[in-house]
Amino acid sequence: MKNHEISEVIKVGKAQVLVYELKVEAAMTTDVITINPQDTIEQVREILKEHKISGLPVVEGDQLAGIISIEDLIESLLEGKMKERVGEKMMRDVVTLHSDEPLVRAINEFGRYRYGRFPVIDRKSKKIIGILTKGDIIRCLLKRLQSNHYEDELRRYRAGHLFEDIVSDQSALVLKYNLEGVSFERAGEGSSRLKKNLLRLGIHPDVARRITIASYEAEMNMVIFCQGGELIATIGPQCVTVNAVDKGPGIPDVERAMQPGYSTAEDWVRELGFGAGMGLPNIKNCSDEMNIDTKVGHGTNVQFRILTKK
Amino acid sequence: MKLQKVVQELNLTVMTGESLLEREVNGGYAGDLLSDVLANARVGNLWITLHTHPNIVAVASSKDLAAIIIVNGRTPEADTLRKAEEERIPILISSSSTYIVVCKLAELGIR
Repeated sequence: MKNHEISEVIKVGKAQVLVYELKVEAAMTTDVITINPQDTIEQVREILKEHKISGLPVVEGDQLAGIISIEDLIESLLEGKMKERVGEKMMRDVVTLHSDEPLVRAINEFGRYRYGRFPVIDRKSKKIIGILTKGDIIRCLLKRLQSNHYEDELRRYRAGHLFEDIVSDQSALVLKYNLEGVSFERAGEGSSRLKKNLLRLGIHPDVARRITIASYEAEMNMVIFCQGGELIATIGPQCVTVNAVDKGPGIPDVERAMQPGYSTAEDWVRELGFGAGMGLPNIKNCSDEMNIDTKVGHGTNVQFRILTKK
Repeated sequence: MKLQKVVQELNLTVMTGESLLEREVNGGYAGDLLSDVLANARVGNLWITLHTHPNIVAVASSKDLAAIIIVNGRTPEADTLRKAEEERIPILISSSSTYIVVCKLAELGIR
């Protein structure tokens, strides 16, 4: 139930994806202020005050030896032991993070222990190369969210003007998605990427949806029966034509394949909810024109056209 | 009715799309055959299914569905969640069966 924990820590939509993608090194502070075991608690007080921080990694040679925090300082102050060596007072069992770990692990560790900071260690050299606080994580996420949003907006604006900006007697934009060897889990990515581009090009969402559904069905067919293929969308000012081309087994009886409910899919495919025998009929229903060009043993081209301006 | 209200009334666990719960729900579709859902669900519908693999996100996104409700307390795969965040599809989990979820939605007046 790991995912439940994460969604409790950060409930900000895209941030959830980012914590999987971003590494600890992207968020950590690299300018680490450290102290030696031989230094005194009095010196810890000065450093914490000067840099407005609440804890310090203790370093001996170039290796992490422990950590000392403001709580330790308060204790020493109450006991009147400000001249005590850091090495005697510090906590030795330090929980650390590796710089190449995903941020989500760091978030889990902050949840598990109640520490304010984790030293970050380089996996190879074992040296301390950074320090990570909750504040570092929040700053990093906010920065990434902001820049992602800005890039999206910019791209949408540029693409929307494509057909206005390019003047010719006939213009068409060809988008090709290579689905060769695409695994079952990743199937659907081609049509999903196509949909985003159609929307960026200013195609009406209802029309884009029909193109996407038909493309998705074609893509699933290619992945289930043919180990992939190519999805080629030709986007013109009046219509979008999609060719789903594969070198698979071909369709022996097209008329039967077009009948709703007829399927040759294997059991494991059906268990995942595919193979209902509705793929080709769905493509037909979504499109204004559909053609199947197939040869047994050679491959199939499912072509469909959808008008974008009526 | 807003998604937020559905989440509260049915006591659903929100796995993705916490920020998208203001969307209006205009009905639902229950089914585990993906092509059937693609053909017959309507834009803005809730989709009730037992599947947890990433392709459910592609279906919901293609059809602009309001949310996916996964039944029987099944946990979606990590890939499914990642895709759902990317495609901005709320994934909600119910510990009840499809039948019970549909009954409760009907009681709420979602037809």
